[in-house]
Amino acid sequence: MSEPSQETSASTQFDELPTAPPKRKIRLSWPGKIGVSVLIFWAIIVVIGPTIAPYHEADILDEELFIVPGSDEMYPDTDFQPPSSIVLLGSDYLGRDTLSRILFGARTTIGISLLATLLAYLIGVTLGIAAAVGSKFLDMCLSRVNDALLSIPSIMFALVLIAALNSPGIFWLILIAGFIYAASVFRIARSLGQEVMVSDFVEAAKVRGEGLWWIITREVLPNIAMPLATDFGLRFVWVILFISSLSFLGLGVQPPMSDWGSMVKENLSGLVYGSVAPLMPALAIATLTISVNMIVDDISAATGGKLAKRMIS
Amino acid sequence: MLWRAILGRFGISLVTLWVVSILIFIGTNLLPGDVAQIILGQTATPESTAALRAKLGLDKHPIEQYWVWLQNVMMGDLGISKAGLGAGLGTPIVEMLGPRVDNTLRLTLIVGAVAIPISLFLGLIAAMHPGTRLDRSITFATLNLISVPDFLVATALVLIFAVSLGWLPSIVYLRGDETGWVLLKTLAMPILTLVILVSSQIIRMTRATVLNVMSSPYIEMAILKGVPRRRIILRHALFNAVGPIVNVIALNLAWLVGGVVVVEQIFSYPGLAKLMIEAVQMRDMPLVQACAMIFCATYIVLIFIADIASILSNPRLRHPK
Repeated sequence: MSEPSQETSASTQFDELPTAPPKRKIRLSWPGKIGVSVLIFWAIIVVIGPTIAPYHEADILDEELFIVPGSDEMYPDTDFQPPSSIVLLGSDYLGRDTLSRILFGARTTIGISLLATLLAYLIGVTLGIAAAVGSKFLDMCLSRVNDALLSIPSIMFALVLIAALNSPGIFWLILIAGFIYAASVFRIARSLGQEVMVSDFVEAAKVRGEGLWWIITREVLPNIAMPLATDFGLRFVWVILFISSLSFLGLGVQPPMSDWGSMVKENLSGLVYGSVAPLMPALAIATLTISVNMIVDDISAATGGKLAKRMIS
Repeated sequence: MLWRAILGRFGISLVTLWVVSILIFIGTNLLPGDVAQIILGQTATPESTAALRAKLGLDKHPIEQYWVWLQNVMMGDLGISKAGLGAGLGTPIVEMLGPRVDNTLRLTLIVGAVAIPISLFLGLIAAMHPGTRLDRSITFATLNLISVPDFLVATALVLIFAVSLGWLPSIVYLRGDETGWVLLKTLAMPILTLVILVSSQIIRMTRATVLNVMSSPYIEMAILKGVPRRRIILRHALFNAVGPIVNVIALNLAWLVGGVVVVEQIFSYPGLAKLMIEAVQMRDMPLVQACAMIFCATYIVLIFIADIASILSNPRLRHPK
């Protein structure tokens, strides 16, 4: 919240907020600390990944690169090369550099997931608070539709929409993921909002004659911000897994753009030859999602586990 | 009061199912263009398109179409798949679903039968000794497993058991006449993957719920009375934790029926979820509708059962405020 307005003495006495209780410090365990560093690492990669990549994401590497000095082999296979000094993480099924594609793909995968999660929050929190403060009828309508949306497995729901829209582009992918995950955000925002709305301080605000908008912005939103921020982490993980699964099924991000989920799918045939190409992008996803979960775990342990409980149910 | 609470839950389930049917119908009708035209392709004459439209009932008002579709679904007629429709009669969807439902149910039942006892056991063990090395390793392992994508678990298992060790086939090839040991070996890879994925969810939930109950006053009372820890967990805590645990088991069973697209795809297991993927890729809308309805109905029925279990286990829920 902003500073209590001390200079503007003209303001009414109701504008002053009581001093907040001291914030409890969240102590990170060592998995949590590793999580934070991995998260920072990927955030940097999103920005500079394409510039530090040794090759372009769509470059099919020259056969000359793989000619062993002294050997008489003219045209060596460039696909599914094991990791070496030329291709640090090996090459993929077309002979492209896996490392470069992971570095380029970070932007696609993380960018899409982040935008979709933000969209889900925009829709979910707005409607959730509307249901919490609005009339009983509005709450019932929104909740029934929401229950129905939640009862459809999210990946199935996305498949129906993707089929109906006839394999749409990235813009629609973000919209679909945002819309689907808005349902679960709605649920938690509504239950958190309802809890605040029946509290004594909201009652007091109502008695003072504060308007609905004042109550929403000054009482409800600040009180639900922290649990929602933690939930944002979990939701972000689910959206990453969701987008990756769609790409893995060939219905998400389309080639030649590289994205971690579709990279696993493309290189799945290499598994039989023991190639690491399908494993690397999957591990990239795993490092990201595990780190977020480690951080969230620490935070919910610090808040007594209450948060985690509410999110699971 | 008990019956009233159960009837209330039943009513809510029915309303949810109805809203789902509307959502699915709207979702599948977003389709730009005309289904009849898509089926007949470029060579369609206006007359044949119109005839097919009339046959499929596409010339009626959307609300009337929905009504006809809903009536058919309730009578058990899920419509006709697009497959083979161009050549005359399409395949009835009910016939296509039969073997897929068998396969999905078989996998779900085996995975459930293996995963549920294991995960309840491990969850309880972790809750009985919180903070110990055993508990911390269980918590750490399951947290990692629920964070990684399911295709990572599947590919890692293939790499280990099929490629390196060569013990198990990496793809499920069902002829239909396998029994006993052979069948088990054929299905081993998807079963293993799904057991790992489902167990980690249930273990975490069991541990969290039991520990949560353990912090309640009556458990404190029992501890003060000197009741042994094992008895407290098995007699006092477990029964009060039944509600949330049954709930998470129901969610996971529903996921096994409809959510395992990725796993079925990797092992090319001919289950319901794979059928839906195929329907989506073929843009076979009646089949997509039918599959989506089955998945949602499964979810709603399982959640309804879980709700009743929690009402039965917690008398306070019998009196809705």
